[in-house]
Amino acid sequence: MVEGALRAGCRFFAGYPITPATEISEILSVKLPPADGTFIQMEDEIASLGAVIGASLAGVKSMTATSGPGFSLMQENLGFAIIAEVPCVIVNVMRGGPSTGLPTFPSQSDVMQARWGTHGDHPIIVLSASTVRECYDMTIKAFNFSEKFRTPVILLIDEVVAHMREKMVLSDEEGIEIFNRVKPTVPPEWYIPFEDTPSGIPAMANFGEGYRYHVTGLTHDIRGFPTSRPDEIGPFIARLHRKISQHFSEIQMAEFFQTEDADITIVAYGSVARSAKRAVIEAREQGLKVGLLKLVTIWPFGRSAVEKVLQISKTLVVPEMNMGQISREVKRVNRGATKVFTLNKVDGTIITPEEILNRIAEVA
Amino acid sequence: MAEVTKLIHKYLRHDKKFPHVWCPGCGIGIMLGALIRAIDRVGYEKDEIVLVSGIGCSGRLPVYVDFNTLHTTHGRALTFATGVKLAKPSLKVIVIMGDGDAVAIGGNHFIHSARRNIDVTSIILNNSVYGMTGGQYSPTTPYGMRSTTTVYSNIEQSFKISELAVTAGAVFVGRGTVYHAKLLDSLIEKAILKEGFSVVEVIAHCHTQYGRQNRLGTAVEMMEWQRDHAVNVEKAATMKSEELRDKIVIGVLVDKELPVYQDEYEKIRERSKAAAGR
Repeated sequence: MVEGALRAGCRFFAGYPITPATEISEILSVKLPPADGTFIQMEDEIASLGAVIGASLAGVKSMTATSGPGFSLMQENLGFAIIAEVPCVIVNVMRGGPSTGLPTFPSQSDVMQARWGTHGDHPIIVLSASTVRECYDMTIKAFNFSEKFRTPVILLIDEVVAHMREKMVLSDEEGIEIFNRVKPTVPPEWYIPFEDTPSGIPAMANFGEGYRYHVTGLTHDIRGFPTSRPDEIGPFIARLHRKISQHFSEIQMAEFFQTEDADITIVAYGSVARSAKRAVIEAREQGLKVGLLKLVTIWPFGRSAVEKVLQISKTLVVPEMNMGQISREVKRVNRGATKVFTLNKVDGTIITPEEILNRIAEVA
Repeated sequence: MAEVTKLIHKYLRHDKKFPHVWCPGCGIGIMLGALIRAIDRVGYEKDEIVLVSGIGCSGRLPVYVDFNTLHTTHGRALTFATGVKLAKPSLKVIVIMGDGDAVAIGGNHFIHSARRNIDVTSIILNNSVYGMTGGQYSPTTPYGMRSTTTVYSNIEQSFKISELAVTAGAVFVGRGTVYHAKLLDSLIEKAILKEGFSVVEVIAHCHTQYGRQNRLGTAVEMMEWQRDHAVNVEKAATMKSEELRDKIVIGVLVDKELPVYQDEYEKIRERSKAAAGR
């Protein structure tokens, strides 16, 4: 994740120590200074995200990393980044909750918090990863999406993936695309900082570059000034949603593994997707037609990918380290035509391939 | 138009969001005037100034002036300012807060910004009350006073913001009032020029909420109270603590030198590069 962040151009990190996300802070505190970047350990997670937003407004790609309790503290400033359209990346290494919960054990229980944790009606982009390589790639994606869509992007990782060691080759990847925020090309007096463009994404001027404008967490007009006029509020909030929804297919990432002829498809993400893949291989050896849909983009929910497997399979199994946060979405998309079974585990241990195979045997 | 008024108008966003939200008679306009005059004297360009605020009456201040302006979440202005300053140290970052903003919800950020010596100027409008939400007691409401949430009297002791800033390590701390407008000009100018975390506490009146609930009179009468109870820091040094009990000590409380965060961080960068080169 650190390498991905640096590759993406991240040069500012503010964070607060918390298990199991602290390693990201530690490594960036070493790697950012020689890259002319800045690492700062703030007094809490609220301050961390505040500093990240400030740095991004000044023109530097910025991120923070935390876990459950810290993620809860960040919710207010997360909403600020959404309404003020400030690009930034927030890594949440999920641990068991609620409250202090299980600091050193894995969980996937923040899926809905990532979607709805901050108040107000808002869109959000949330990505996940299940391999070390994917941590690298998705961190770059997270920065690209945040810069492109002028929005905070959350990377939800579970403790197992965060502490995993795997070999990966970082060749000087020419194929990797790095996206930087689009800056205004008009003179300052013509600049409209929150203009409604066809893409829904206005150009972003950095502080100190001659485009003096107002940034506020209040509902604002296209010039950034607070407004309480319904004819300005409505289009603004609609644009915030539209700039994400009309790029749905670009944001969607999912992997299909042996789903073409699958009677049963497992829908999984994060470390559970690895167990699920193993379960597919073993089930196939037993002669069962099982496939896997691995969700990489968590929000906006991968409706189209799920619909595809719903057309093929008669049964879906959704294993999760929570009480059923994504399975609820799968059921919502399903419209009752296919049977959707859950496999929920909230005891701080991983879901094993055997457990998934047993669940398949139960429902097949 | 008087020269001083012309000067202020050079910095206002005329075509934008006037009239402003503040009550007639509020002291915040005097503070804004002092800030503008200080910035003009120092000679900074509009483009290099970032004016950051939190929430409340004071939080609305940046919108009216033609700088890079950032109206953040309640109490968190200093955290955003920290990010702006460290990401682009060439920017001059000034933070406007109220008493609730700075030492209640944002108290932790306040003491830590002072301790770190982030090169940011904090100007705190202390009117002893949460004005915008309708007059609830704040951490600077004196013991025994009324508010909409202490109708039977306030039983909490109040914070002294400047003394708190001194203890937390701010390198420049000044206290003024909106009555002593010229002193305020010079305090803000000194604070802006100071490298490191500087604080100017501005004692102001809220006649609409705090004054009305405590029968302290009109805006003018409350400003006269400021005049009658302010004691210069030099004179205060010769007075007994009992004599100072109901007084406001104004002037420069601290002006010292400590390493500034961004300069220290630059050394860390050099050190890390040297380590990488070995």
